Amino acid sequence: MNSHPDGKVTSVVVAGLGGQGVLTASEIVAVVAFRAGLDVKKSEIHGMSQRGGSVTSDVRFGPRVFSPMTPAGEADFVVALAADQADGVRGLLRAGGCLITPSAIDEKALRSKKSLNVALLGALSARLAFSEQAWLDAIRAVLPPKFHAVGLEAFLAGRKGNAC
Amino acid sequence: MRLSDRLLLSGDEAVAHAARDAGFALATGYPGTPATEIVESFHELGGKAQWSPNEKVALEVGIGVAFAGARALVAMKHVGVNVAADPLFTVAYAGVKGALVVVSADDPGMASSQNEQDNRRYAVAAGAPMLEPSDSQEAYDYALLAAEISERWGVPALLRMTTRVCHSKTVVVKNGAAPPPRAPGFERDLQSRVMIPAHARPAHRKLRRKLAEIEAWNVAAGPNLRVAGADGLGIVTSGIAFQHVREAAPEAAVLKLGMTHPLPMAAIREFAAAHGRTIVVEEGDPYLADALRAAGIRVEARPETYRFGELNAGRVRRLLAGDATEEPAPAKGTPPQLCPGCPYRTVFTTLRALDCIVAGDIGCYTLGALPPFEGMDSQLCMGASVGVGLGLRHALPPEQARRVVSVIGDSTFVHSGITGLVEMIYNPPPTGHVLLILDNGTTAMTGLQEHPGTGRSIDHRATGKVVFEDLARTLGVTNVHVIDPTADAGAFRDLLAGCLASNAASVVIARRNCLLAAGAIKAYEQCNEQPS
Ligand SMILES: Cc1ncc(C[n+]2csc(CCOP(=O)(O)OP(=O)(O)O)c2C)c(N)n1
Repeated sequence: MNSHPDGKVTSVVVAGLGGQGVLTASEIVAVVAFRAGLDVKKSEIHGMSQRGGSVTSDVRFGPRVFSPMTPAGEADFVVALAADQADGVRGLLRAGGCLITPSAIDEKALRSKKSLNVALLGALSARLAFSEQAWLDAIRAVLPPKFHAVGLEAFLAGRKGNAC
Repeated sequence: MRLSDRLLLSGDEAVAHAARDAGFALATGYPGTPATEIVESFHELGGKAQWSPNEKVALEVGIGVAFAGARALVAMKHVGVNVAADPLFTVAYAGVKGALVVVSADDPGMASSQNEQDNRRYAVAAGAPMLEPSDSQEAYDYALLAAEISERWGVPALLRMTTRVCHSKTVVVKNGAAPPPRAPGFERDLQSRVMIPAHARPAHRKLRRKLAEIEAWNVAAGPNLRVAGADGLGIVTSGIAFQHVREAAPEAAVLKLGMTHPLPMAAIREFAAAHGRTIVVEEGDPYLADALRAAGIRVEARPETYRFGELNAGRVRRLLAGDATEEPAPAKGTPPQLCPGCPYRTVFTTLRALDCIVAGDIGCYTLGALPPFEGMDSQLCMGASVGVGLGLRHALPPEQARRVVSVIGDSTFVHSGITGLVEMIYNPPPTGHVLLILDNGTTAMTGLQEHPGTGRSIDHRATGKVVFEDLARTLGVTNVHVIDPTADAGAFRDLLAGCLASNAASVVIARRNCLLAAGAIKAYEQCNEQPS
């Protein structure tokens, strides 16, 4: 388990390109932590995100979170939605932190490419202390209903993936 | 507190919640990252919200609401305050009856802006009290407090936010009850509200007296937080920098200023005296450091390098260590691009093919300045394309002047291009000029907002519409053309070439809906056609 059950803050960075669902993914992580009663801060830079540029979003949770931003070299997890971006974001990880890229899952098995974001959250979820049910509920709360079936399936597939 | 009382809100949403809970009569503004979601959320929460053509008009509407005794929220990005500065400075003299809360959303690091100006300076220059939240909870609480201060002292109150406060989601619990608004009604008070010199002279003195009172209140009861710590090091900070400080130096004593104008000098002086070393940690300009040192308080400012860009906990650690060495460059990301199939692609290909000198403007189309097009030669602030293009035409030798085109988006044209068009017909250059309006039917850059040129209001229902070609003709432009640049790129090119070769003042409207908005626009149009 890479998170900090001892009360420290856990920092997750989701990185990708506009249109890949970076902000949806970070929202789901934030909702899971929020519903667990933790302090949560989720930060993002959007604006030109719809124009295909890089987007990153930080989610930090724990008993008390101050800064909403993860300093470079201090992320516990980096979820990189684009394999070719992994090198650019690796520097955000702390020593021993976990990089989750599309190679953590079986991409070909996904029913829709659009669900890669949730599939990688599956891989992330296996390394965090929240229950599977909590994740499924958060996904249902964040995704529009018509994507629930595909999203949940992708998540569960990703949860069996292996990263780090 | 029960878990179910908690909300996870962005700073922008939190301000909108506060304004709704406090019965604000109106939220208005002009879109601009990172402020846009304030007015949008207020609308989604059921409040009366609207987009104005620009920030100056928005503020003036807000002033009218506050003169009527009701509460107004006016939200804009930092550079919007430049546009709204004229009414802001004088309404501080005039004063208001209902609350007037003006949000300035600053963008240190320029995630989506043309500069990183620090609008804390506006509070000083205009003489307006200013609150600076550091998370969504404070955004909620301070928006309520700003309304209270505005009504108690009859002054406009500034709520100065930054990108990370606006766009970060953090936990909010609604503790404070908002005082109910007064019933609106007109009370004549021309002494206060007609700012002729005879009235403005005493009004200025009155404003300074109010600010002195507010400073005393800020010292005694202001929203300033003292975090106890070791005696050696004291940190004075405000806004988001506070959060970074608490992470970077959990042991340090901190004085966090929630109201940064007028500053609670007596409290800061006392804090500094109690610590061996007092360092100011602030993002942006050395606003606090300069003010405190001018007041004779012994504080250390940060090294100059931390003036640039956003702070984070890592940078604050370096700053506190006095490290002024070069910082590692942040990872380079993929830059944004014009969407595949965007109609602007044809426009910039054509402008390049005709070897135009392009006085550009701000919007998605500014991406035409990047490779592969590199089709823009200047871009400063909204509306500048028209005046700058005209100036180039006046000064350049005729063979170069004839290549100059001003390129402006539809929302930007309404915002501040119309006065430029008036200049074009009033002071035409000898070679004429070409104003190219890129009408994609939306404010694309900031997330597809409506504007007066779309003829739909914030709820997408039909309202009065500014028709650009009619407006241009009415103003006296004879050479007005409307064309879809993608329907026939050759015809578009010939049209532009013809306008450039003539000595006339021409307006070319390149009309084609934004790809991202086209589906929604069609649906709104169908919906609005149905009899209600
Ligand atoms: C004074 C000011 N207000 C707001 C902004 C933010 N902003 C930049 S461009 C723009 C409008 C873009 O719309 P439009 O001109 O229609 O071009 P499009 O993005 O649709 O191509 C806005 C709101 C700004 N830069 N300056």
